Amino acid sequence: MNAVELRDVSLTLGGRTILTGIGLDIAMGEFVGVLGPNGSGKTTLMRAILGLVPPSRGSIHVLGQPATRGNPAIGYMPQARHFASDLRLSGRDFVASVSNGHRLGLPVQGRTVRAEMEHALRLVGAQELARRPLAELSGGERQRLLLAQALIGKPQLLLLDEPLISLDPHRQQEVVDLVKTLKADLGIAVLFSAHDVNSLLSAIDKVLYLGSGQAALGTIDEVITGPVLSRLYGSHIDVVRVGGRIFVMSGSCCAEAEEHRHESAPTDRQPRHSGHA
Amino acid sequence: MLEMLQYDFMRNAFAAAAVVAVVAGTVGYFLVLRGQTFAGHALAHVGFTGATGAVLLGIAPIWGLVLATVAAGIGMGFMGERLAQRDVAIGLVLALALGLGLLFLHFFTAFATQATTLLFGNVLAVDMRTVWVLLALGSVSLATLAVISRPLLFASLHPELAEAKGVSLRLYSVLFLAIVALATAECAQIVGVLLVFALMVGPAAAAQRLTSAMAAGVLLSAVLALLEAWSGIALAYYTDWPSSFWITALSAAVYLIATLPRPMGRLASAAPR
Repeated sequence: MNAVELRDVSLTLGGRTILTGIGLDIAMGEFVGVLGPNGSGKTTLMRAILGLVPPSRGSIHVLGQPATRGNPAIGYMPQARHFASDLRLSGRDFVASVSNGHRLGLPVQGRTVRAEMEHALRLVGAQELARRPLAELSGGERQRLLLAQALIGKPQLLLLDEPLISLDPHRQQEVVDLVKTLKADLGIAVLFSAHDVNSLLSAIDKVLYLGSGQAALGTIDEVITGPVLSRLYGSHIDVVRVGGRIFVMSGSCCAEAEEHRHESAPTDRQPRHSGHA
Repeated sequence: MLEMLQYDFMRNAFAAAAVVAVVAGTVGYFLVLRGQTFAGHALAHVGFTGATGAVLLGIAPIWGLVLATVAAGIGMGFMGERLAQRDVAIGLVLALALGLGLLFLHFFTAFATQATTLLFGNVLAVDMRTVWVLLALGSVSLATLAVISRPLLFASLHPELAEAKGVSLRLYSVLFLAIVALATAECAQIVGVLLVFALMVGPAAAAQRLTSAMAAGVLLSAVLALLEAWSGIALAYYTDWPSSFWITALSAAVYLIATLPRPMGRLASAAPR
């Protein structure tokens, strides 16, 4: 059984076609880096797998079942919003609110909810920092709590939408290593979208590259090549490898870095007291 | 101290303030958490239109207040999260609501004092019947809040995830703003429509500064609202200054103290619950 199966899937959003005739299989336990320029459909693809965007054509299966809204087997970490940076609420309450969050009643933290929260916090090593208010955490620490939140409910598939945005390179590597460990320990499949393939090189099994409504899935060597990316970008692309790093060049400029620069403008807010992370 | 409790109007004032403060403190906590305080402020102003409209029709102002705020709250909720947080749209509705209220009063000049009471409140004029009405309305809003609090919290803190798990963001937005509207109408009885912020937002914002644990925060918010309202009434009794002034002053003072940088602040927030 595959974690995700797309058969001839087209996705449209507000009349605009995002992806056309995509077919792909993602196996259980695979760590897939999802790449592509802005607007290429990374977020839309994740929302389709969650059952939030019904495909205009084709079928999506998640763990053998048709994609439906509310699938408990999927853990989801949406793109970071800056809303959480003002919250005075503790990380523990923030994470615990996900447990049974869809059921009516008082948000009383019973033994099961607490155990589930502690387990998720332990997996990401955030037990201590979760006692502090969200407003006092750095961007990297908040990302860890969002990751813990995605692990509530023992998911089989993790969808992580741009978890590296607005983090400095050191913190980026920490998040990638953490997800790699989680994938290995829990045996779950991971879709991890990012702007720069280099941050993921050490961790991913495969790359899913989106562009011009199309997709290419395969190992890094199969997908990050001049011909494949030229097709996806719709212009001539050179791939240059220097010292273990990969540069995707469009003409004379670095295509991926361009994308990254204007997206990472909001900086990682460091609190005054952050001695550790 | 007990001498002031000899008077019926003082006993009514303390009872009404207790009911309203607990409701306002609790509902206000979620209002601040969701970042919708300005929406709450606007609802109170719409209540002014409702109350003056009711006076014009010869109905008790509280029912006009309740009807108008709840209708506006539900409307705001349906227009979606984004609109409920849009300053310009809300600000315009707020101004229009006050303007309409003024027009209604213009047709009924005999009620000039009624305007001051609606705008700034007069808790000392609350009668026993109103206390019971407040208790009934307050119970409805708190009971509804209790039933929806878990999904409401989920939808507030993790909207994308809640949506993915099948929680309707719009449904909870509508229900919550209806609860806020009821609470606002209640607050207006104590501090008037212009000063609802003092009871709905002040204590809740201070509580969120003082503790990061949610359960403790809700409780603290209700307790602070209660203490501020009661102290305000007692101070009004001894000074003969308006109770609404004292309540707003205490609300602002408590918030100010809560936001002061504390040397122990970090320790307190890091302490285990």
